[in-house]
Formats: sequence, structure tokens, C-alpha cells
Amino acid sequence: MIIELAHYALALAFVLSLLMAVVPMWGAHNGRLSWMALGRPMAVSLCGLMTIALFGLIHAYALSDFSVANVQQNSHTLKPWIYKISGAWGNHEGSMLLWGWMLSAWGFFLATRGLKLPPSLQARVLAVLGLVTTGFLSYILLVSNPFLRLSPSPREGMDLNPVLQDPLLAIHPPVLYAGYVGFSVAFCFAIAALIEKKVDAQWAAQLRPWVLAAWVFMTLGIMLGSAWAYYELGWGGFWFWDPVENASLMPWLAGTALLHSVAALEKRGGLKIWTVFLCILAFSLSLLGTFLVRSGILTSVHSFASDPTRGIFILALLGLTTGGALLLYGLRAPSITIGAGFKPVSRETAILLNNVFIFTFLATVFMGTLYPIFLSALDLGSISVGAPYFTATMTPLLVPFAILMGIGPLLAWRESSFVSMRAKLYLPLALTLALAVVIALLPFGDKLFTVTMFACAGWILSSTLMDMFRKSHRFTRLRSMSPAYYGMIVAHAGFAVLLMGVTAATSWKEEKILWMTQGDETVFAGRIVTFVGLQPDVERNYTVERAILSMQKGDDGEPFFLLPEKRWYPTQERELSETALRADGFGILYAVMGDQDKTNPLRRVMRFYHHPLVLWVLLGALMIATGGLMAMASPSSRKDKA
Amino acid sequence: MNARAFIPLAIFAVIAVLFAVPLLQGKDPAILPSAMIGKPVPLFELAPAVGDQKLTTALMLDEGKPFLVNFFASWCVTCKDEQRVLADFSDKTGIAVYGVNYKDTKDAAGKWLARHGNPFRATGFDGTGRVAIDFGVYGVPETFLVDGAGIIRYKHVGALRREDMDTIFAPLLEKLK
Repeated sequence: MIIELAHYALALAFVLSLLMAVVPMWGAHNGRLSWMALGRPMAVSLCGLMTIALFGLIHAYALSDFSVANVQQNSHTLKPWIYKISGAWGNHEGSMLLWGWMLSAWGFFLATRGLKLPPSLQARVLAVLGLVTTGFLSYILLVSNPFLRLSPSPREGMDLNPVLQDPLLAIHPPVLYAGYVGFSVAFCFAIAALIEKKVDAQWAAQLRPWVLAAWVFMTLGIMLGSAWAYYELGWGGFWFWDPVENASLMPWLAGTALLHSVAALEKRGGLKIWTVFLCILAFSLSLLGTFLVRSGILTSVHSFASDPTRGIFILALLGLTTGGALLLYGLRAPSITIGAGFKPVSRETAILLNNVFIFTFLATVFMGTLYPIFLSALDLGSISVGAPYFTATMTPLLVPFAILMGIGPLLAWRESSFVSMRAKLYLPLALTLALAVVIALLPFGDKLFTVTMFACAGWILSSTLMDMFRKSHRFTRLRSMSPAYYGMIVAHAGFAVLLMGVTAATSWKEEKILWMTQGDETVFAGRIVTFVGLQPDVERNYTVERAILSMQKGDDGEPFFLLPEKRWYPTQERELSETALRADGFGILYAVMGDQDKTNPLRRVMRFYHHPLVLWVLLGALMIATGGLMAMASPSSRKDKA
Repeated sequence: MNARAFIPLAIFAVIAVLFAVPLLQGKDPAILPSAMIGKPVPLFELAPAVGDQKLTTALMLDEGKPFLVNFFASWCVTCKDEQRVLADFSDKTGIAVYGVNYKDTKDAAGKWLARHGNPFRATGFDGTGRVAIDFGVYGVPETFLVDGAGIIRYKHVGALRREDMDTIFAPLLEKLK
């Protein structure tokens, strides 16, 4: 019954979204305030209907209602309740419903929190959002409906892929989707601005918090996904340049470029057309990400369903959304006035260069991810592009990017000079060189790579923090710097921390793979590792064999245990390795139990990893997200100019 | 009208077409060319997974006719459906199908083949995955088409569907004859 209600709510939501696409737009076109005002209650009701639909599906999952085909295919009575709930979006249809719900939730916030927007802009933004929602809901209703019934209803479900039964993965998709979908707001703002032919500082000030919100979600979502891959897949890495990971990185990069250019537009009224273009690009890449993951056009560890019909449908949606937006862009962009000018040495130039770099990174990831598809389309055979390509192309670019990142925030808007800045750079430069020497003297790792990357990070960190001390000191009596400024400092410092974490964890990692029989000892990462024994256990929906490994530093060190597991999920007939992790300072000691020797049940393959400073990757990502949040708290600085 | 403003649209159109082509052709992106294509089938000898006929390279090459080598496992969910597909294809074309049981137990493999059908002329038990490594197998199921001279001609990654047999394997086999 609840499923039918949810299905009905979804159908109603479709109709309502169509109305929302038309009525406020028509109102804005003819200057009818009453029609424009309808956008708000429509967006709120749309969110209400979508909530009913999503809740209906979650309810069916919570109660293991196997008369619903989607639940039957992805759930099981014995699954712990949290994975029953997360199972609702751990599959294709459900995840698309979550996507649709997110879209309506952003609409809800636009309608309730966007009260300061000019009525015509808000009406148009909501109408465009309604149009995007219409497209998405038609996709869900036509080819990806999660509410279809099974008759007769089976007694038991087929269970969720055990790799996905993980607490981090229960929250990773909603957070990531909130980010993906959040860029739709920027997209709607861009379309509305193109329709109104009005792109100015005020528009940018109103757009900025939405971009930041989506970007923060996206940052956290990518971080959670990376952490999940790190401990769940057991490959001893946190980023694999897998197509699905790249699919989330691309909109993030576009979003990063966008929030820099939107800041420039808000402060100085420059980079207008470029900002509009980035808005369209960020959301298009979000859609592309969805398309890549859902169409089965790329195969990867993350993708579940692959169905060509769905692929063609999403491609058509992408074509209409992005194609339509770019057509409008082509028609309207020339009539948007050029923004305020700036001198070659200025903050604007730095932001423009930042955008050029990020755009290059983006193009690199784009080509690396999609090159195999393009080759296949042109019948030139198929290949897959791996991590070496990305490392080789991205690393050299990081050096000028880091140099710029250290200097950019020091430059004044509109006009600045290197001469006035030179004095501010001596100390950071000295600190950077000192750090480089220290790193170079360390007796391990790939010297060139490690020293370069640490120098980059040190440069960003020292020049950014120096700038903060100088500015906050200078302005204490006059005015304090805005939260947005401190947000930028925290995010930039976070990037430096992340860079150091990534460098240390890849360059200084230790790795050991060996056969161990119960009682064996080995030395790893300066510790004596003993394979104490195996302990079988039965859990709710799987059986498990746990290896007990003790680790001790020297003879008098405090011993501790690592307990990697091999789990067997009988309903899915799947085996899964569960890694054992232990923090070691900011590093992680990591053990995985591999296959059993067929002749000796007490003999196992064991893999050990030590990743120094890998927690800095996490810390850096958290700092970046925190910086974004702080910037969001900043009141719009351009109200006076509005 | 400013032509430059339409450059993004033009680029996007090209990209969209490049996406659409493989989708509309129904190409499976999972097909990566195997380094083994055009190379002789690896030499191996495996104890039977079921029955008592050992699986060896010599046995497979004995007839001098093309044959299929299918890597399967009882724990592999997608392997189930292709047993029927393989059996029907073998009936229709007379091609010999050999099975390599990958990282499994003989007991489980035996029960599984009894339940889902056994299309194989002979099976080999590859408990360590050693032979799979020689073949360059990423995971199960994978299926190799080998010609009468023992040269690997085609590798299929993932479950075999009926249309794969009709559109890929049948024409290839025709060519080899």
C-alpha cells in the first residue's frame, strides 16, 4: 500500500515538476508576480512528494517487503537494519530516486532560503530546476522504476553486494549526490542569467553560497568514497583513477574553478561569461558522472547496473540539458557585457590562471577517463588508461599550480605589483627551502618526487599562513578579515596537508606480501609480526574467519593486534576480505588476509602495508571542506553595490 | 551572432556523438583486447574437476578443430546462466567446450555443474588459479576461442549471452572453418 502511495507521489511529482518548469517561467516572462510567486509553493510541494516517494522505498526496505522487485533484488531479511536502509540507494533504481529527491530538496532550500533573490530570478531558477526534475523523473518512471511489484512475492531477497555493506558506504552516496545534484542550482542560476541577460556582482553574490554548499558536499562525498575504497577494497590505496572516481573528481574540479571565478565576479565584476560557462560545465559533468556510472559505458568496481536503454536515455537527458544550455549560451553570451577590466598582475589574473590550471587538470582527467570510449567509438580498438598516465600528466602541472596558489592570495584586486609583494615572499621561500632540505636528507623514498611535492606543499602552507598572520595583525584595529578569507586560508592549507599526505603515503609506503603459517613471525615496518592464530566466528548474515596478528615494536614495545577477516556471505555466495587497520601516528598499518593454502588450512597469504601520514589525506580533505563551510558563513560582501 | 560563443556547443556535440556511437552499436566496453590473442594456447595439465578425464592442452588440440575454453567457478553468480548458452551453442555448431574451474573446490564445482548443467567435454580443476594467470584471466567468467592450430582468436569477458554467441562467436567460428 505504501509502495503504491509512493509510486503515486512520484507520478504526481512528475506532473508538478512540469508545471513548475512552465508557470513561474511564463510569469517571469510576462512580469506577472502572482505566477512567479507560484514557483515557491510548487518547489516545496515537489520536495514533499519526493520525500513521500523516497520514504516509501526506504520503508519497503526496512520491512523487507519482497513483493517489491527492487527490494527483492537488493535486500535480505538477515541484513543488519542500517544496510537495509542504505540498500534503498545501494542499487540503480533507488540511487536514481535519491538523485531526484536531492534535486527537489535543493529546490526546497532555494524556495525557502532564497528569499532575497529578485522574484524574477528566483522564479526562473526554480523553473529551470523544475525542467531538470521533469527530465529526471521521466527517466525514473519510464526505465528505472523502483516501485514495480513482483507477483507472487518471493520469500527471501537476493541481498546487497557485501562490498557495499559498510557504514561509510551507507552515507557516501547521499553526501556525494547532494554535491552532484547541488551543482544543478548553479546551472539554474546560469540559465536564468542567460535568459535575463544579466550577469553581475549581485548575481554572483547570490549564487556563491549555493556553489559552496554543493562543493562542500562533493568534497566530503569524494573523501568518504576514497576512505571506503582504502579499507574495504583491500588494495592498499585511496585513489585508483578508476572511471567512477574520476567521474566524481571532474565536477569537483569544475566546481573548484567555479567558486574561484564566482568570487572574482562578486568582488570585482570580472570573468562574467566564463563563470556562466563554468556553472553549465559543473552540472554537465555531474550529469556525465551519472551517465558514466549508470550507463555501463565504462566498467569499474563501482558500477552496478549496466543497461544500454538507460544509457541512451541518460545520454539524451545530458544532450538536452547540456546541449540546450550551451545553445542558449551561444546565443546569449555575446550580449553579456564584458566585466570590469584588470591589470596583468592582480588577483583576477591569479584566479584566471587558477582556472586555467584547474581546467587543464579537468581536461587531463576527462581525456584519461573517456579516451577508451572514444577509441572504441571510432573503432580504433579499446584500451584502458591507468594511474601512470594520470601521475605522469598531473604531477608536473602541480608545481606551477602550487607556486601560483602561494602567490595568488597575496595579490590585490585589480592591480598589484610583484615588487610590493617580493618582501612578503622571502620568509615562505626560506621555510620551503628548509623543508625541502629536511625531506631530501631523509633516507627513503623517491627523492625528486617527494622533495618537489613537499616543497610545493610547504610553499602553499607557509605563504598562506604568513599572509593570514600579516593581514589579521594589520587589520585588528580597523576591521577583521571576513570568514570567507579565513575559509580560503583553511582550504588552501588543507590542500597543502592533503598533498603532503598523498606524497608521503605513496612515496614512503612499505609493503610486504608473504605466506604465513600459524606461529610464523616476520618483520614489517620496524615491528615483529606474529601470526598467532585463526578464529572462526558466525555473524548475523555472514560467517567469518579472523586472523590474529600481533605486532610489537622491539622487545619491550607495547604489543597490539591486527585482526583481518575473510567473510563468507552465503546468500550472495561471495567471499570478502575485511582489512585490519591501526593508526600509527598519522600513518596507518594495514593488514589483509588473502587466500588459504589448499594443502595447509593454517597457511595464508598475508599482505601488510604501512602508509605514513595517510591520515593527512583525510585531514586535508576535511580542512578543505571546513574552509568551504566557513566561506559560506560569510555575509555577502557586495550588498552595498546591489 | 558570434560564432565563437558556439564553440562549447560544437565540442559538446562531438563528445555526445562519441558517447552515442558505442551505446547505439551495443558495443560492450567490458571487452578489452587480450594480450593473448594471436598467441598459442598455454601448455597445461589439470586434474579433472568432475569425472576422470584430465584436461590438457594436448587433449584440446587432439582433434585439430576450433574449441572454447571457459573459466568458471561455483561461487560466480553470473556464471550460472551461461552454462545453458554454452551447451546450446555446442549442440548447434558441434564445437568442443572445455571448462577450467577457477579457485574453487571440486566438491562445490561438482554440485554446481550438476545443478546448472555441464556443457563441458572435459573440465580441469585450477584451484590455485595458475592456469588462469597463464591465460591472462582477470576474473570469471571468461571464455576463449581457440582455432584448430591452437592459436587464441578471441577472448570474451563476462557472462555469455545468446546474442553474443550469434553475433560474435558464430561468425568468428565460420571464418575459422
